[in-house]
Amino acid sequence: MMELLVILIPVFPLVAVLLNGLLGHRYSHDLAGRIAFGAVGLSFVCALMVFGHMLTTGAAYEVIAYSWIFGGELMVNLGFLIDPLTTIMLLVVTGVGFLIHVYSVGYMHGEEGFTRFFTYMNLFMVSMLLLVMGNNYLVLFIGWEGVGLCSYLLIGYYFDKVSAAKAASKAFVVNRIGDAGFLMAIFLVFANFQTLDYTKVFEQVGQLSTGTATAIALCLLVGAVGKSAQIPLYTWLPDAMEGPTPVSALIHAATMVTAGVYMVVRNHAIFDMAPMALTTVGWIGGITALFAASIGLVQNDIKRVLAYSTVSQLGYMFLACGIGAYTAAIFHLMTHAFFKALLFLSAGAVIHSLGGEQDIRKMGGLHSKIPMTYKVFLVGTLAIAGIPPLAGFWSKDEIMAHAFIHAHYGLYLLAAIGAFLTAFYMFRLTYVTFYGQSRMDPDVEHHVHESPGIMMKPLLVLAGLSVVGGFVGFPPEHGWFHGYLAKVATPVGALPHVVSLSLLLGLMSVAIAIALGGWGLAHYLYAVRPQAADDLATRVPGIYATLLNKYYVDEGYDRIIVEPCKRLGLIWDWLDRQIIDRCVRGIGHMTDVSACWITWTEKHVVYAGLNVIGYGNHLIAWSWRKLQTGMVHHYAAVIVVGFFLLVHVLLLWLTGASIL
Amino acid sequence: MHEEFTFGFPLLSLLLFLPLLGSFVIWAQHDVDLMKKSVLGIVGIELALAILLLWRFVSDSAAMQFSEHLNWIPPLGISYHLAVDGISVLFVGLTAFLMVMIVLYSWDTVQDNIKPYFMSLLALETTIIGVFVSIDLILFFVFWELMLIPSYFLIKLWGVGADRHYASLKYVLYTLLGSVFMLVGFALLSLNHHAVTGTYSFDLLDLLKVSVPVDQQIVIFWMIFLGLAFKAPIFPFHSWLPDALVQGPIGMSVVLAGIKLATYGFLRFSFPLLPEASTNQTVVVLVMALGLIAIVYGAVIAIIQTDFRRLLVFSSISHLGFVVIGLFALNFQGLQGSLLQMINLGFTTAGLFFLAGVLYERLGNTLIESGGGLAKRMPMLAIFMLIIGMASIGLPGTNGFIGEFLVLLGTFQAHWLYGLIAVSGVILAASYFLWYYERAIFGPLGSKVPAVLKDLTQRETLIAVSISVMIFWIGLYPSPFLRMINGSIQAVVLRLDQGLIANQIRANTVVAGVPIHSVEEETVGHMTISSHGKDES
Repeated sequence: MMELLVILIPVFPLVAVLLNGLLGHRYSHDLAGRIAFGAVGLSFVCALMVFGHMLTTGAAYEVIAYSWIFGGELMVNLGFLIDPLTTIMLLVVTGVGFLIHVYSVGYMHGEEGFTRFFTYMNLFMVSMLLLVMGNNYLVLFIGWEGVGLCSYLLIGYYFDKVSAAKAASKAFVVNRIGDAGFLMAIFLVFANFQTLDYTKVFEQVGQLSTGTATAIALCLLVGAVGKSAQIPLYTWLPDAMEGPTPVSALIHAATMVTAGVYMVVRNHAIFDMAPMALTTVGWIGGITALFAASIGLVQNDIKRVLAYSTVSQLGYMFLACGIGAYTAAIFHLMTHAFFKALLFLSAGAVIHSLGGEQDIRKMGGLHSKIPMTYKVFLVGTLAIAGIPPLAGFWSKDEIMAHAFIHAHYGLYLLAAIGAFLTAFYMFRLTYVTFYGQSRMDPDVEHHVHESPGIMMKPLLVLAGLSVVGGFVGFPPEHGWFHGYLAKVATPVGALPHVVSLSLLLGLMSVAIAIALGGWGLAHYLYAVRPQAADDLATRVPGIYATLLNKYYVDEGYDRIIVEPCKRLGLIWDWLDRQIIDRCVRGIGHMTDVSACWITWTEKHVVYAGLNVIGYGNHLIAWSWRKLQTGMVHHYAAVIVVGFFLLVHVLLLWLTGASIL
Repeated sequence: MHEEFTFGFPLLSLLLFLPLLGSFVIWAQHDVDLMKKSVLGIVGIELALAILLLWRFVSDSAAMQFSEHLNWIPPLGISYHLAVDGISVLFVGLTAFLMVMIVLYSWDTVQDNIKPYFMSLLALETTIIGVFVSIDLILFFVFWELMLIPSYFLIKLWGVGADRHYASLKYVLYTLLGSVFMLVGFALLSLNHHAVTGTYSFDLLDLLKVSVPVDQQIVIFWMIFLGLAFKAPIFPFHSWLPDALVQGPIGMSVVLAGIKLATYGFLRFSFPLLPEASTNQTVVVLVMALGLIAIVYGAVIAIIQTDFRRLLVFSSISHLGFVVIGLFALNFQGLQGSLLQMINLGFTTAGLFFLAGVLYERLGNTLIESGGGLAKRMPMLAIFMLIIGMASIGLPGTNGFIGEFLVLLGTFQAHWLYGLIAVSGVILAASYFLWYYERAIFGPLGSKVPAVLKDLTQRETLIAVSISVMIFWIGLYPSPFLRMINGSIQAVVLRLDQGLIANQIRANTVVAGVPIHSVEEETVGHMTISSHGKDES
C-alpha cells in the first residue's frame, strides 16, 4: 500500500504533463489549470499519508520501480528511498508547489502559453520529486538535470525576449558546470563502492580514506554550488528572474535551488569524513550569504532584490551544513521555502497589480491601495529579517547560535553582518515599495487593484506558515523537528553538548538586536529621511556603482571564460579548414612524387612477389585508371595506388619471409 | 563468441538482398507515385524483418545467431558467412529504421532523378546491412567498399551544396585510402592463420581460434585502425566529413553521421582479434588522446559555427570522441556505453540532421542569421529540436544520457584524468547547442524569416515522433537493449582481459630476462583454451 502511494507521488504530475502536453490544445485553459494543480494536490495528499506512516513507524524503507541501467558490476534501479529527510522534502515540495500552482492559475490567466506553462511546471514537479525521492545517485541526477531543464524552459518562457532567451541558456550552462562536478562525484563513488545506492554507500563509508572522502565531497560540492547558486556559480540566479514570477517562487526560491543543500545533507556521512570539504562548504556559504546580501542593498528591481536575498539565504544553509548543523540547514530550507515563496508571490501580486512594473523606483505608497498584498508581504519581510516569533527567526538563530557555540566565530561574524544587511534590504524594499509618495505612472496608478482570490488564498496560507512554521523547531535544537530528523541528519561522531540557557538567550537577544538594527536603519533612511539614502549613494559613488553592477562578476566571467572560448573556436575552425585538411592532401602530393618509383616496384617487386594481394591490387589499380579520366581523377588514383603499394613494401619489409 | 545458433530460415540473406532486389523492381516502374510507394513498402518490409530479427534474438548471449554459411572461394578460405550477435544486431535494426525515415523524408524533398535516387538508396541499404551481418572479413570488406558507390552518386548527384562534386570525390578517396590499409591488415591475419594452421581463412570465427604474435598484432591493429579512422572519422582524419555532410543530401548526412560503421569495426574485429595490441599501453594512450582531443576540439569549434549543419558536423566529431574513449577504456561500462552510444547517435544526430533538412527546405539554408524566433512560427520544430537536442547533449531520461554516462563511467575507471577531460565535453555540448537554440529558435523574429512558414508536415512529424519515442524508450527503459548487447560485450571484455594479462606477463618476463618467444607460446595456449566467451560469461 505504502509502496503504491510512494510511486504515485511522482506519477500524478507525470500524467498531468502527458495530458496537458499532448492534448492540452484540445481543451480549455481552465481545465488545463485544474489538471495541473489537481495533480500536484494529489501528490501532496500522498506525501502527507507517507509522512503520517513515517511518523508512526519511523523506519526508512526503499521502493524499487524497475531496473534501469545494468551490466557488469553496475546495477542501478529506478527506486525511491523514503526516510524522514525525504518526507520533509516531499511535504515542502508538494505543499509549497501546490500553493504556487494554484496561485499561477490566477497569475497566468489569459496568457497564450498557459498550457505550455503548466506542462513545464508539472514536469518540474516530477523532476524535483525524483530528485528528493531517489534511492541512488543516478535517480537523483535525473531529477537534478530535469529540474535544470524545466528551469531553462520556464526562464525562457517568454522566449521572444532576447534577455529571457539569454538568461535561460546561461542558467542551463552554468548549472551544467556544477553537474559535471556531480558526475565526477558519482564516478568516484562507483569506483570506491561498486554501487550507487545510498544505503549501501553509507554503510561502507567508513572504509574511505580522508583523501578520497574529500575528493568525493568536493566534487559533490561543485554540483551543489551550481544548483544552489553559491559563489562562484551564482550568476545565473539573478538573471533567472526573467521567468514568470511563480516560477521564481517555486524553482528559484522554494525548491530547486535548495536541492544542493538537500544533497549535501543526504551525503553528510561523506562530508563528515572530510573536514576540509566541510570547512569549504561553510566558508562558501558564509561568504555568499554576505556577498549576495550586499548586492541586494542597492538593486531596484523588486524580483532581483529577492533573487539576491535567495542566494544569500542559501548561503546560510550552506554555512549550516559546513558547521555540521544539518538539521538547522533543513529547518532553514523549510522556513525559507515558506517565506520566500510568500515574498515572491506577493511581489508577483504587486507586479500583477501594476500591470507588469518591476522597478521599485516606479512604485511607492502602495500599502493603502493593495492592503492585503502589503500585509502578506510585510509578514514575509518580518519572517526573513528574523523578527521573533516568525519562522525565519528560529531557523536563522539556530544556525548562528550553532556557529557561535561550536567556535566558528568567523562564520558567525559573516552570518551576523549578513543578517543585519538582510533586515536592512528587506525593509528598504518594503518601505520603497509600499510607503512614501507614489511614483507610479498615472496610467498604471489608475488601474492598481488587489489580486483575485485564487492568488490571495495561497498567499494567506503561506503567510500563516511563515508565522507559525518555526515552532516545529521549538525549543531550539530540541524541538520536534530535530527529533524527527535525528536519525538522518546527525553528524557522524557528534557529541551531545550542554549549553547554558543564558548563553542561548544571550545569542538570541543579539540576533534580535541585529534584526531590529537593520530594520531601524532602513526606517531612518527610507521613511524618516527619504533623501538620506541618495545622499549616501552620491557620497560613495565607487562603492555604490560596484554594488549596483554586482561587483562586475558577470563582465569578468565573460572576459575570462566566454570570450576566450569563442576565440579558441574561431582559431581552431581556421586551423581545421586550413591546416589539417591541407596536411592530409599534402601527403597525397608526396605520393605523386614517388609515383614513378611505385610503378616500377609494382611491376618488378610486388607483382612478382605477392600472388594474391598483388594481383588484387593490380586489378584495383587498373580498373581505377580505366574508370577515371581527367587530371584530378588520375591524380586521385595515383594517391590510392601509391599508398597501397607503399604499404605492401612496408609489409614485405616488416614481415618478410617468416610469413610467406 | 564461438557458439553459433542457426534459425532455419535465411533471414539475414533476406534482409541483405531485399533492398537490392527492390532497387531492380523499381527500375522497371515508370509511375513515380507507385514507385515511391513501392520503395516505402520495401524499406517497410525490411524494417519488419529487422524487428523480427530483434524479437527472435536471444538476449544475454555472446553467441553468433541466425548464422548462414556457404563456401565462396575455398582455397583462400573466403566464405559467405552471415551472422549477428549482440554487437551487430542493433545496428541492423537501426539501419532499417533510419532508411524508412530517409524514404519518408525524401518523399517530396527530392525532385530530380527520383528513380535513380531511390535505387541508390536501396543499394546503399544492402551494403550497410552487409557490413553489419558479415562474419567473413572479405565479405565485410566487399560491402564496406561497395557502399562507396551509391554514396558517391548520392552526394554527387543529389547533394545540395555547390561543392558536392568535390565533396563526393573526397569522401570516396579518403575512405578508399583507409580501407587499403585495412585490407592489408585482413590479409595479414589470414596469412597468420595459414602460418599456424596451414590453411587460409578470412572467417572471423576461425581467426579467433589462432593467436597472432604481438608484434604483428600491433602492425595489423594500426592498419585496421587507419581504415576505421578515415571512415569514422576519428580526429585528425575527419576533414572529409564537413564537406560530405554539408554538401550532400540530408539522407546521406543521416547515414554518414548516424550509422557508426567504423567504430563498430573496433568491437567486431580489432578488439577480439587483436586483444594484446588493443590493450597495449602505447596504443591505448594514443587512441585515447585522439578521442579526448576530438571531444574538446569538435565541441569548441561547434560553438562558433553559424551554420546549423556545420555545427552538427563538429558535434558529431565530438560525440564520436566519446565513442572512441568509451571503447578504449577497455572495460565493461566503457564498451557497453560506447556501443549503446553508437546506436543512440543514430537517433539523435540523425534526428537533428532531419530537422536541419526541414530548416533548409523552408529557409533555403541553415544559417543562424536566416532564423531567429522560429519557435513562434514553427512550434513543433522547436519542441522536437529541443527533445532531440537534449538527447544529443545527454540529458537524463533520454537515450543520450545512458550512453554518455556509461562511457564516462568506464573512462573514469580507466583513468580519472581521462574522465575529467571528457566531462568538459558535457559542458561544451550544452553551450553549443543552447547557444544555437537561443539565437535561431528563441529570441525575436529574425528579419529574414519569411512571413509564411510552414511548421512540420505530417510526414516530418512522423519522423520526429518516431525518433523521440526511441529516445525516451532507450532513456527510460533501456533494459531490452542492454540485455541484447551485454552478453557479447562481456565476451569482448574477457578477450581483452586475456590480452591485458598476456601483456603483463610479457612485461614481467622481459624484465626477468626470459626470451619473449617462450612467453608467447604460453599465452597462445592460454588464449586459445579460454576464448569461447559464452561459457565464461
